[in-house]
Amino acid sequence: MQDSGFRGEERDSGAVALFVVFSLLCALGLMFPWAASAADYDYHLSPRQVAPDTWVFQGATEDFSLANGGNIVNTGFIVTKTGVLVIDTGPSLRYGQQVREAIRRITALPIVQVVNTHHHPDHFLGNQAYVGLPILALPETAHGEESQGGAFADNMYRMNGEWMRGTEPQPATLTEVPVRLQLGGHDIEFLRLAGHTDGDLAVFDRSTGVLFSGDLVFHDRAPTTPHANIGAWLRNLTVLEALPFKLLVPGHGAPTTDAAPIAQTRDWLQWLEGAMRRGATSGLDMAEMLRQPLPARFATMPLSSREYQRSVSHLFPHLEREMLEGAKP
Amino acid sequence: MRRGLIALMLAPALAFAAPGDAPDPLNSGRWPDIRKEFFANAPVSFDPRVVVTAPATAEDSMNVPVSVRVEGGLVARRIVVFAELNPIVRVLEVEPVKAAPYISFRMKLQQGSPVRAAVLDPDGAWHLGGVFVEAAGGGCTTPGSGRAQPDWQAHLGEVDSHEWPRSDGQSRLRLRISHPMDTGLAAGIPAFFLQKLSLTDDAGTEYLRLSTFEPLSENPVLGFDLPTHTGRTLRLTGVDNNGNKIDRVLK
Repeated sequence: MQDSGFRGEERDSGAVALFVVFSLLCALGLMFPWAASAADYDYHLSPRQVAPDTWVFQGATEDFSLANGGNIVNTGFIVTKTGVLVIDTGPSLRYGQQVREAIRRITALPIVQVVNTHHHPDHFLGNQAYVGLPILALPETAHGEESQGGAFADNMYRMNGEWMRGTEPQPATLTEVPVRLQLGGHDIEFLRLAGHTDGDLAVFDRSTGVLFSGDLVFHDRAPTTPHANIGAWLRNLTVLEALPFKLLVPGHGAPTTDAAPIAQTRDWLQWLEGAMRRGATSGLDMAEMLRQPLPARFATMPLSSREYQRSVSHLFPHLEREMLEGAKP
Repeated sequence: MRRGLIALMLAPALAFAAPGDAPDPLNSGRWPDIRKEFFANAPVSFDPRVVVTAPATAEDSMNVPVSVRVEGGLVARRIVVFAELNPIVRVLEVEPVKAAPYISFRMKLQQGSPVRAAVLDPDGAWHLGGVFVEAAGGGCTTPGSGRAQPDWQAHLGEVDSHEWPRSDGQSRLRLRISHPMDTGLAAGIPAFFLQKLSLTDDAGTEYLRLSTFEPLSENPVLGFDLPTHTGRTLRLTGVDNNGNKIDRVLK
């Protein structure tokens, strides 16, 4: 009995040690879920080839966080015969630098052109990594980067923390956007659109059939609306849908070969606007609007609840004002 | 939306304000001072019948939507709304004379703060409800957007409104008053805000009285629930801290 008692104790102390180690790991994991990746602030970006000469970095369908460092966005690049075209620069200086390293691993050709699809911080705060290169954007985009970049950056530091170190807004340098660009054997069309923001630039490579839609299209991730004009957005979804694309790279979410993400974005926007309008015309207050349930088809979409709540703040006051002013004698 | 969630999350570490008081469910470090300053020796309780609704995170610190509803038969003589981490704490006070004990509005937040409603019952006791609203902040020290428009003075004191019959037999009134509601905390812009509002009908019956303070958002949009009444005409009167008067018949 003594014998087995001893062995039991030994087993117990082993279990205790294991438990302590396990607990520590759990605590670390809970307290610092980003600890493993954040030690060196490496986004571990791995470009995926989606078409000839065309690569995409696909971000998480999440909100900004200390864990993801702002890597919630899709960016991409096209390797032409004469150089590389980069589409969107990501949420931070580090992201921009790490994209450049990733591109260097794929081609020795220089980067010759950078594009910002619009002025939101997850799409252009990596511009600093491309200083000296032409950064092309619509005038509305360059203006937004200039006037709102500072506030965007403050907010990004607040949400992404140390990942942002060194990042400062660097507005686009070139606002004369050509309709077509012949670049190293690629026939690239620039579509000057709006709706997600005042300036949304879609990039359609007619040589490969790849359409970079920017944030006019979201896929299995609720669309964001802080600068949205829903009417213009819906009209421009129709423009994108009419293009003969073979592959659609949305601003957020997985690329597809079909137009399903366009239909999904349209469905969300139409529902959202209808819900806001119904609320405004029936006299609901904003707190009541925030409590409205989401339709079942959106309930499981990542960030749908969060983005709906934000959209109430973005869209409802305007409709409410229209309603009240329309009722004036 | 978080109603009462905070209470569960923060339960282990509670701050006590006065002997005999229940612990503050929002566990705010400012609460003990506020309790003394606002409520002196009056009895105070945290009461789930006082329902404050606001987003968990403010998307726009200049316009944080808030509604207060008093439920479960609690009689509200007066409702005081305050955000204790704001540089100007009081947001508004409403006396729902004949109106339902409900109000909706938007407010400015300088930083994340508890947003609370204190309801005074007929026996002189206060009943509190509240939520914590996270905010990037700056709402009180940023100039209002209307300041950039040259014609804001031409519309000062204008009122747009609409009334909806409700299924519960009451009538929802929503109105928007054109006023900059300057806090005095934005550089070079003195405080300029609505102070008093009163809603009456053409027979002189008063429905509710409001005192408003600097943190109420620019061009206030307010919502009330009134007893239904056909054929009455509502009238809004009021005054701001510069003596400008409002006197509008609502249609």
